[in-house]
Amino acid sequence: MSAHAYKKKNPVWDWLTTVDHKKIGILYLASGAFFFLLGGLEAILLRVQLLYPEFDFVGAETFNQLLTMHGTTMIFLAAMPLIFGFMNAIVPLQIGARDVAFPFVNSLGFWLFTAGGILLNLGWFLGGAPDAGWTGYAPLSTTSPGNGVDFYVLGLQISGIGTLIGGINFLVTIINMRAPGMTFMRMPLFTWSSFITSGLILFAFPALTIGLALLMFDRLFGSQFFAAEAGGNPIIYEHLFWIFGHPEVYILVLPAFGMFSEIIATFARKRLFGYSAMVFATALIGFLGFMVWVHHMFTVGLGPIANSIFAVATMLIAVPTGVKIFNWLFTMWGGKVSFPTANLFAVGFIPSFVLGGMTGVMLSVPPADYQYHDSYFVVAHFHYVIVGGVVFGLFAGMYYWWPKIFGTVLNEFLGKLHFWLFFIGFHLTFFPMHFLGLMGMPRRVYTYLSGQSLDEANFAATMGAFLMGLATIIMVWNIIQTSVKGKKAGNDPWDGRTLEWAIASPAPEYNFAQTPLVRGLDAWWLEKRAGNKAMVAAEPLDDIHMPDSSILPLVLSLGLFIAALAAIYSNWIIAIGGLVITAAAMILRSVIDYHGYHIHKEDLPAEGREGK
Amino acid sequence: MKRWRNVWRFLPLLSVIALALTGCGNEQLTAMLPKGEGAEMQFNLMMLSLYIMIGVFVVVALIYTVVLVRFRRRGESDNEIPEQTEGNVVLEILWTVVPIILLLILAVPTVMTTFALDEGTEKVPEGATVIKVTAHQYWWEFEYPDLEVKTSQDLYIPTGERVYFELVSKDVTHSFWVPTLGGKMDTNTATTNKMWLNAQEPGTYYGKCAELCGPSHALMDFKVIAQEKEDFEAWAEKMKEAGSQAASDQAAQGEEIFANSCIGCHAVGSEGGNTGPNLTNFGDREKVAGILDHTDQNIKDWISNPSEFKPGNNMPAFGDQLNDEELDALVVYLQGLKVEE
Repeated sequence: MSAHAYKKKNPVWDWLTTVDHKKIGILYLASGAFFFLLGGLEAILLRVQLLYPEFDFVGAETFNQLLTMHGTTMIFLAAMPLIFGFMNAIVPLQIGARDVAFPFVNSLGFWLFTAGGILLNLGWFLGGAPDAGWTGYAPLSTTSPGNGVDFYVLGLQISGIGTLIGGINFLVTIINMRAPGMTFMRMPLFTWSSFITSGLILFAFPALTIGLALLMFDRLFGSQFFAAEAGGNPIIYEHLFWIFGHPEVYILVLPAFGMFSEIIATFARKRLFGYSAMVFATALIGFLGFMVWVHHMFTVGLGPIANSIFAVATMLIAVPTGVKIFNWLFTMWGGKVSFPTANLFAVGFIPSFVLGGMTGVMLSVPPADYQYHDSYFVVAHFHYVIVGGVVFGLFAGMYYWWPKIFGTVLNEFLGKLHFWLFFIGFHLTFFPMHFLGLMGMPRRVYTYLSGQSLDEANFAATMGAFLMGLATIIMVWNIIQTSVKGKKAGNDPWDGRTLEWAIASPAPEYNFAQTPLVRGLDAWWLEKRAGNKAMVAAEPLDDIHMPDSSILPLVLSLGLFIAALAAIYSNWIIAIGGLVITAAAMILRSVIDYHGYHIHKEDLPAEGREGK
Repeated sequence: MKRWRNVWRFLPLLSVIALALTGCGNEQLTAMLPKGEGAEMQFNLMMLSLYIMIGVFVVVALIYTVVLVRFRRRGESDNEIPEQTEGNVVLEILWTVVPIILLLILAVPTVMTTFALDEGTEKVPEGATVIKVTAHQYWWEFEYPDLEVKTSQDLYIPTGERVYFELVSKDVTHSFWVPTLGGKMDTNTATTNKMWLNAQEPGTYYGKCAELCGPSHALMDFKVIAQEKEDFEAWAEKMKEAGSQAASDQAAQGEEIFANSCIGCHAVGSEGGNTGPNLTNFGDREKVAGILDHTDQNIKDWISNPSEFKPGNNMPAFGDQLNDEELDALVVYLQGLKVEE
């Protein structure tokens, strides 16, 4: 590794001010992991309360807060940041770039997410967390007493801005910064998925922001958008929420699909089957994802015409998704498949997600949905696709890319233990829930009455949750152990196919000493099969220009955090003060000239050689 | 040994299925044993979609099993690089077109049934029973405008005909669900929804609220009491005529307490307020407040402190205002409010 001609930094200051996509990736991954554990704890508490009928472990009000925070935390504070963490850590490496298009904005996105996440959870300490469900339907959310829902409305708006600018950043990065020779149809599938996901973010998040803003106005400023007595209509909120909410679930799952495409191909030692079809299917899923939101509202009473149109549109999404499943299977067909933990999760994902997809098609039938909707059948369905799809993807990605990010390898034995316990626990928890729903158990209920035949399945579900908890503890132990004394990794521990494996583990500060020349799909695999030890360089060795780090993203986010907290308590002076801090940070960023710094070519490895 | 890994994978699944399929649920609550015309139509569509999807799953599972068994890497020393197949256009077409055909098979009956379930709701057929349902936090109000009957919690309907509902909510969005008879429909604050249910045989069916509406969302149960047409009409007549009735001195004492403390919110017959449930036939009710067994002690406990049983509900506690003797009298009065034998 080379020495750099820049001042030694205090590590705390370094991490608070970094604009390096690799460090921001680690920040996102660490925060996302923390919130995943928090959301998991909330889930365990929910399941303990549902262990027995009419059980009295947590009361009704606390249960509603737990269920709201479990969903909100898992989706917005765990899954999304973990996805952004991987996108940050890996996408620039996969396209042969040195960073994302807008490093400052990248950091800003992370700090905004952090501010929003903290604000959301402050409710626990300040009189009650939000309790109107992660969907926050009016009029329950507008009339819910106390400040709980205010934390939801403002926390999500702030972290939502972070997500939106993150999406924009990746769109520009992928369009503008691909290495020479990397056409769109030579991009790895994870990059493609990140690209399409970023497009979804761009168009979906504004709808959420509007819905939340209207909620905020009703709660904080006395407007009546959702008050029937005043001529308002809560259904508008439902539309706005789901116009965001449905694309959101594709925002969650498409990156996971991208990860699986890389992992399955790598561990089958075979290129991805049907690359063009996979790209096209991903794009189609993303596009169709905007056309189906009313399937969350079949029972709202919009009428048979609306319900039928959206039913057919929803069924259509099954087609490209099925195409992907078959292409993954046929990638492995004829291959030489090995099963390190990353591939265990990838292979375990296939039947699990297909089950979730099956119930998705069942749910797309409005008359049947009139029974399933808001029952445990839906809870079963979405956990099958989110846990079986997104969470398995995140676990797989973690085991797969850990070496590239941290330079060590996670312990295989603990990894396999994690997989099996989690897999068994997952099915044990969520499979019975299909039947609970059909047997008449609504969702979001803090208890169920005895004598309604709901006891055994609930008990089994809770046992599964304990198993998943145990599996997670083992995973955390693996992470801690590996961080303290993990086995060092080479640059290419899995005989990988894509560019990130062509450089050292962990990647050097500048990623590529010389931008690589890409000669085809699976660029690194191509070079290796041609007998080369490194990528061909696309440019001569030269000084590398790096962006300056900055404390302003943190300050900007802090200002918004202060403003939001003050607004919740109607302290308008402090609220405006917070906005002034944010504005000041924006002005400073605009007027100060940031020249960056250079890493001199003398400090880089010898010309033409990448990595070690 | 390695081949059995695939079977192992399905073992937890199978054991869970065995566990969960202990019967199809409670006969009065489960959607899997339909007792209504709508629920039957819905169950048939559920089965159609399930069978189609099981067919897809079987195909996936077969390919999956072959892949895991036949194409494993045989140990660290197996270093052969497999053929890097780009793809296969015929296969891509096959697994695009076949699912589309399967979905068409599902889509046609889906759309037909969606319209069938909406039949008659805009212009209700002549002579049909129409019921206005108003959902509250946390109870259900039922009004029969043509029969001049108002009641709550226990919903009486005639069997063998489609009964039409107009659904609305007073405070937040709730959802009206009787799984054995048919699917649910949300009760909104700003619009009125319409649906029908048709109970095929007499019986008591459980109803649930199916939209998060506050802390006691889980406790908003109601009952549907389906009766033969003549019995239902007799019930409706008696309800229309019914009013306050006190058959004993203690009941009369209770009636007086009711008039002082309760009548502002609760009506008996046509006398009284409507912020709380109508109590005309309270003595006939299946449950107290929808969830408690209908015993004297439970009635007393409920009136003394409703929030203990339904957190967040709007009925104030009367435990401080009424002493034990007054509560006993009130209970006797309330238990006497019957129209059935």
